[in-house]
Amino acid sequence: MSMGGGFRPSAASRRGLAAAAIAVLMAMPWLMSNDAALDILTIAGLYVTLALSLNVIVGYAGLLNLGHAAFYAVGAYTYALLASPRHGIHLSPWLLIPFSGATAGAAGFLLGLPVLRLRGDYLAIVTLGFGEIVRITLNNLTDLTNGPNGIANVDHPRLFGRDFGVDVAPYFWLVWTVAIATILAMRRLENSRVGRAWKAIREDELAASAQGINVTVMKLQAFALGAALAGVCGALYAAKQGHVAPESFTFMESVTMLAMVVLGGMGTVAGPVAGAVILAVLPFLLLGLETWRMLLYGAALVLMMLFRPQGLLGRRGGLAA
Amino acid sequence: MDFALQQLVNGLTQGMVYALIALGYTMVYGIIELINFAHGEVFMVGSFAGLLAAGAMAAVPGIPAPVRFLVALLAAMGACGALGLVLERAAYRPLRRAPRLAPLITAIGASYFLQNAVMLTLGSQQHAYPEIAGERTFAIGGATISIVQVLIVVIATALMAALTLFIGRTRTGRAMRACAADREAAWLMGVNVDRIIATTFAVGSLLAGAGGVLYGMRYGTIDFFMGYLVGIKAFTAAVLGGIGNVPGAMLGGVLLGMIEAIVAGWGASQWKDVVAFGVLVAVLLVRPSGLLGEREADKV
Repeated sequence: MSMGGGFRPSAASRRGLAAAAIAVLMAMPWLMSNDAALDILTIAGLYVTLALSLNVIVGYAGLLNLGHAAFYAVGAYTYALLASPRHGIHLSPWLLIPFSGATAGAAGFLLGLPVLRLRGDYLAIVTLGFGEIVRITLNNLTDLTNGPNGIANVDHPRLFGRDFGVDVAPYFWLVWTVAIATILAMRRLENSRVGRAWKAIREDELAASAQGINVTVMKLQAFALGAALAGVCGALYAAKQGHVAPESFTFMESVTMLAMVVLGGMGTVAGPVAGAVILAVLPFLLLGLETWRMLLYGAALVLMMLFRPQGLLGRRGGLAA
Repeated sequence: MDFALQQLVNGLTQGMVYALIALGYTMVYGIIELINFAHGEVFMVGSFAGLLAAGAMAAVPGIPAPVRFLVALLAAMGACGALGLVLERAAYRPLRRAPRLAPLITAIGASYFLQNAVMLTLGSQQHAYPEIAGERTFAIGGATISIVQVLIVVIATALMAALTLFIGRTRTGRAMRACAADREAAWLMGVNVDRIIATTFAVGSLLAGAGGVLYGMRYGTIDFFMGYLVGIKAFTAAVLGGIGNVPGAMLGGVLLGMIEAIVAGWGASQWKDVVAFGVLVAVLLVRPSGLLGEREADKV
């Protein structure tokens, strides 16, 4: 990523800067005395991973997904069902976090199998429909999920004999460790053989398949990977909140994630990260305005998009059509 | 049998309202390939415009019911047409050459904006919709049909017929079809593309406005958030019929309303949305471009 011309720090000094930034971020729980603010940053970290997971599907592979909250929900409910008094099952949270990723990834794979041959916006509406189906099903299967009331008293993780409980700091570290690992992994993935294949499909499916790229397999991989990452986020969310309910996984949630990706600049790593942090923190900054908050949030979304159609950190061109 | 007939009538009237809104989605999509997520909110604003117009007329005694209804309907259609023009101008036109998903995000922003603007000015409570058309009912073959249901069928059919004539027979309609087929070629032939796109937004929006009034009369209460679910449903209807295809949107709307009524008739109304989306997925798997959509060939 080049920011204009001129000064470009060397690779070593950039690495040093990144390490320093991570160190400062991780020290936040000691630097900030305000638990509420730390909680907002924790949520922002969760959205960073969610936005990056959606970016794999929308930004890299070019598949418009309007139901990403469904995968988030599958992860959250996998965790909540298997680690709560609801059915008396208490599996290890450390096992369940990756396992929730696996179930959500499987959901992504199973959904992708029949629908990925749909084109463009037809795929978008099917993902939207899938999102609604998952949410309504969680809402209606009262015996399994306790319906609209959701599952309460979800187990908190323990580490070195210490229960995470309702403190903010341990979740902050956990969430941001996952987020940073995702950022680093995405930077590698972006320019790997797989990442380049996705971008080739996004730009021109026909040309990509003529190059010997197995379009269906690559699309399925993008879908499954994005879904799995969202599932991990769902598990983290369930562990942190101690409570999950269908109302947290509405279409609006999917739309918010998409806005983060597009507003930041889809198909990049820095873009969705910036978009996630801005849109996660913005509502809290506007909190003082009370009822005007969401009105201004909507207006801000329009203005930011008009101001930079390619996204705040997006690249011009390349992503046309 | 009576029950089945009743559900059929309910489904048909619900479906006709969906169809009116679906037309706006499909027309805009047909011409600029944008999923106009703010369209559900245009419908909501139309419903409130009708409510306000009816409220204003309630102060004046002696206006016959049909006049009240028509004034409310026209007020809603006018307000929505204007809103559609403003939205297009402010949120979509500046992004005509932007990446595809950029206008999708401004649409979402506009949607939040409109919801909250209505909530702040008119409150977040449920508003009772006045019975501007009276309370007469008709009994046909064992089913009870309210005057509102009759009006829905009559008005929706008339509007769809008018739209079909407009698109098929007028100069502007022909220009719309030309833009939908190939915008650049239309521009080269001297079509004022910007004006045609604005017209498309206005026409789609005024149909949604009519849908808003009819919906309010049918359900009796409205609120600022009503556009969300109905918008999703209408969009689903548009895709079901084949997005970009005008008769498809009508067919999709009616079909969706029928499916919901049938599922509700079985006593499983909490699952009706799941079935509706399930049918959509199933249809798309068999016909990837919707029921009446044309299959696009690969362009090499």
